[in-house]
Amino acid sequence: MIKINRTDLDRFFISISEKMPLFLPVKKAGEVNFGRYEEGTEVSLDVLKTVKSAKDFFFPQSETMMKFKKDGKNLEIVDVREEKEPFVLFGVRACDYASFAILDKVFLQEPVDTFYKSRRDAAVIFTLACGRPEESCFCKVFNIDAADPQGDVTCFLTAESLYLRANTEKGASVLSLYNKGENTDGKEVEEQQKKTREIMERLPFANLDLGKFKEENLKELFASSEWQSLSEACLGCGTCTFVCPTCQCFDIREFKTRQGVVRFRCWDSCMYSDFTQMAGANPRTTQLQRFRQRFMHKLVYFPSQYGGTFSCVGCGRCVTKCPQHLNIVKVIKKLGGNND
Amino acid sequence: MQEVNKEFTPNIVAFCCNWCSYAGADLAGSSRLSYPANVKIVRVPCSCRVNPMFVLKAFQQGADGVILCGCHPGDCHYVTGNYYTRRRMALLFSFLNYMGIEKERTRVEWVSAAEGARFSAVMNDFVAQVTALGENKRLQDLRVKEE
Amino acid sequence: MSELENKIIQRAAALLTEGKVKRVVGWRKGEFIHDPSPATFETADSLKEFVYNDYCGANLSKYLVDISKKEGMTAVFLKPCDSYSFNQLIKEHRIKRENVYVIGVECQGKLAQYKLEEKGISGITAEAYDGENVVLDTLYGKETVKKSDALLDRCFSCKGKKHVVADETIVLGEPVDTTVGGRFDKVRELEAMTEEERFSFWQGQLSKCIRCNACRNVCPACSCLKCVFDNPQSGVAAKSNADSFEEQLFHIIRAFHVSGRCTDCGECSRVCPQHIPLHLLNRKFIKDIDALYGEFQAGEADEGKTPLTSYTEGDTEPNQVFNATEEK
Repeated sequence: MIKINRTDLDRFFISISEKMPLFLPVKKAGEVNFGRYEEGTEVSLDVLKTVKSAKDFFFPQSETMMKFKKDGKNLEIVDVREEKEPFVLFGVRACDYASFAILDKVFLQEPVDTFYKSRRDAAVIFTLACGRPEESCFCKVFNIDAADPQGDVTCFLTAESLYLRANTEKGASVLSLYNKGENTDGKEVEEQQKKTREIMERLPFANLDLGKFKEENLKELFASSEWQSLSEACLGCGTCTFVCPTCQCFDIREFKTRQGVVRFRCWDSCMYSDFTQMAGANPRTTQLQRFRQRFMHKLVYFPSQYGGTFSCVGCGRCVTKCPQHLNIVKVIKKLGGNND
Repeated sequence: MQEVNKEFTPNIVAFCCNWCSYAGADLAGSSRLSYPANVKIVRVPCSCRVNPMFVLKAFQQGADGVILCGCHPGDCHYVTGNYYTRRRMALLFSFLNYMGIEKERTRVEWVSAAEGARFSAVMNDFVAQVTALGENKRLQDLRVKEE
Repeated sequence: MSELENKIIQRAAALLTEGKVKRVVGWRKGEFIHDPSPATFETADSLKEFVYNDYCGANLSKYLVDISKKEGMTAVFLKPCDSYSFNQLIKEHRIKRENVYVIGVECQGKLAQYKLEEKGISGITAEAYDGENVVLDTLYGKETVKKSDALLDRCFSCKGKKHVVADETIVLGEPVDTTVGGRFDKVRELEAMTEEERFSFWQGQLSKCIRCNACRNVCPACSCLKCVFDNPQSGVAAKSNADSFEEQLFHIIRAFHVSGRCTDCGECSRVCPQHIPLHLLNRKFIKDIDALYGEFQAGEADEGKTPLTSYTEGDTEPNQVFNATEEK
């Protein structure tokens, strides 16, 4: 394990960013989101959760898929796919890291999504263990250990120092770009981990019961009368889906430029009224149906399709960000096992 | 080899009402008064037809300046149309400037059907004003400009 | 339970049991004090989940657009600033007034959880009030925060404690003045900057926009059945900001479309997940309207024209607008 003083962090970041793009939590216009490191960037490692999750780096909010160019009577199709240059994604929390495995299930199974894969292959991921979980966190429910995330390198941040442990060769080679780190046994890290795990036990949502969310209860859950009160305040905005690290629905759209057309994909939200719009009809006409879809997908449909894995990592972003405070925790409490 | 003229020629979109300003442009033409060729006229039934989206779309599609021309207040073919335009555009232009868009990029002028000379003068002046300002970089869509 | 909350629940229960109303629109308890949700209650028994506390910032008036069209009377609790939005919707014929029984409730300023987060308070396990303070038990120790330090931005320019529309009111305490500074201070500050500074300020703010549409969907003035940004035929429909132009387009059009109708209820800024100060866009329009066409407060009256649907012959010319607004 390597130890770097907080005061030397900038030098550490510079030594990486000189070799490859480095993305990490950055405070800009008052909010912390992942952004590219440049000298003078306001890095914000102490904030637990970025507003947007880290999924942006593999599955960006909007991304060009191909271009069509008009040249006289000819139409040229431009393939924009390319090998991505390696980049470092630093400061990914355990929940966000766990979300990558969920996204992989969707994008890396046949037919493989080449856009996603090229980004995924190019990334060197530095995870960051949590030292100060918040009341909205419930990753423990999904068996995620916030105190010891994996990834290519695992980082631990204490009041004075950053500790780094390489887990893969890829990670070790990036770590070797900085040679001023000090080798240490990491006693302090163990202490922090112990503390974090204790706190995780005491969090208000630590013991949510997911027992009832099984395929055999699908029809019962779907028909539950609770959806009415759970969803009635829903504004139909896309906040929950856009801050969610595991939401993976997208729309494909086109934009007309002067020379031709750009075809791009962008995140879509099942909360939007035209999400299931088809020629002639829309099978989901009410916000209740849309709301139900979102949570049934995360808690029932996805697990039954992908070997029991829930499509939620308990990051709690929807808990803090929903304008009207509707969220997956309220759904789990109302419909889950606790009620029996 | 001849040197390529690299001087900046702005794209100007002029929204002209059908009854006064468009006729004014016509008169400028038939009177052989010139105005710059980079002014693209969009004919609208009344200046009041122009909603803020038109102005923004013009900028998106690569305009460096947008000018709106209608009948003189009081002379609207639909009696009151341009009075509403006046309020809308006053607020919109002030707001665009609040967002940091240069105030010289937008303008409203009243040009009647008899004012061919005025139309030509207004356009020459506006084009000169936007040329001096340079390319519109603050309210542009890079996808459109991509080669 | 506070005395005020108790009174409100009793009144709601009476209205329901007497059969005067079929449903009551209010707020439902969440997991903490700070996360109540708007809700409808149809039985006196269900009112045990009713809550009215300092975090009930949500403006309920827009929900009435749909609910007032249901069969039977609906009672709704409106805070003073919500009543402006309600009135504005009446003016636009979006709410069936005869189906709604409005109960104005006292408001001493509303708080926001994110203001506590900004102070680095997290891991809340219990919240309680102690006079003018909120006392929080957190996993990292006890924290005391002055209520005035956790107020929503809108409360710093409170429109007053008067309900512009109400069939009855439940007001117990003396009004608390939460106003700090002038309503247009920040707008003036931006106006005083150079164009370039303003541009980079807004570019920084708007680049955070994730296009979730929360600001639009929560806005009581945004009550179009189908928004131009959702209409694939409009040519501007978009689900993401694929280019920074789309951030500008969305926010300029959104603010313009509500100008003259925006009551400055501040919901847009409350709900923004990235905390973009959207109210500063709306306030620029309000300030310009006040300066150019006379002071106007949307929602104050339930009839009459708005500044953008009226005119005078001597209105300021658009080319002169910069001089005219700068003077004020």
